[in-house]
Amino acid sequence: MSVAATPKRNWTVRTREAGVAALPPEKLLPEGQPTYVDSWIYIFGVATLSALIVIIGSGMILTLKGPAWWHDTGIGHFFNSIHLWAVELFFFTMVVHLWGKYWMAAWRGGRAKVWMTGAITFLIAVPAALTGYVSQQNFDAQWISTQAKDAMNSLGVGAFFNVTNFGQMYSWHILLFPVAVVALVSAHVLLVRRHGVVPPFELSERDTVSRASDASPPPTPPAGGISAGDSVAGGAPGGAPPGGAPNPSDPLGRQGAGS
Amino acid sequence: MVNVLGAVFNLNNPAHVVHWHFFQMSVSNIVVIVAMLVVFALAILLPFPGAARRQAAREQGSGS
Repeated sequence: MSVAATPKRNWTVRTREAGVAALPPEKLLPEGQPTYVDSWIYIFGVATLSALIVIIGSGMILTLKGPAWWHDTGIGHFFNSIHLWAVELFFFTMVVHLWGKYWMAAWRGGRAKVWMTGAITFLIAVPAALTGYVSQQNFDAQWISTQAKDAMNSLGVGAFFNVTNFGQMYSWHILLFPVAVVALVSAHVLLVRRHGVVPPFELSERDTVSRASDASPPPTPPAGGISAGDSVAGGAPGGAPPGGAPNPSDPLGRQGAGS
Repeated sequence: MVNVLGAVFNLNNPAHVVHWHFFQMSVSNIVVIVAMLVVFALAILLPFPGAARRQAAREQGSGS
């Protein structure tokens, strides 16, 4: 008896198939964005991302040149300032982004992981900035570190997170925290690509109403819901309609399989 | 010339602090928070460039 040869499915093939299934190319790099993204409130996420890129770039240059360079030369001062103001912009735009997403309940429609990765990024970015302020190698850093040590000791982490130890803080600042922030931001962006940009409440409710009115079989596309242009990036509405007819295969009442 | 370009505001002094009962915050932090609130409000209220034109084009396309 002969057995038909089947192609070997090793871990790279399984990983590739899982990746393409979770994030097909048309979702990873879409042709356009939903119509509701035509608003200033939607730019603060990418503004935060842009600031992060400047932070990473200027931080790499500061790392290569060292404290004597950034304190004692004009160009060093310049890149030190670029790094500082990029951080200020990063937090400024991230907070406005956070407010915008909070008030539009951006965790709707199965986007809980998107919200959580963003929130954790914010929490990780705070000590990332703190370790930068105490790594300046000047009196400002000395003052901040001696103030912050009391906070760390009160939290019970001062024994292994010693803000007066320059070498330790510098390592956290240029390696561990940046790796964590970049990894979380990458996951955040990929999750946004997978689930689509969260629609505003009005659009979501309008679609909910149309789906509720179309509850009787056969299922039809929502007449007054998201238009073809809206769904380009997979921006599916969220939330199960009260008394309506959510997708029976989706506990959150989402539309479509990939959202 | 260097002094003129150094800083718009003279930062060579202790921070100004707003202190009212339990509330205590530096003026610079308050300015940043107010600026974030203003930017947030403007981002919601101001129309996005080209949004009305694209919306009209979509409605025209769907109506024909």
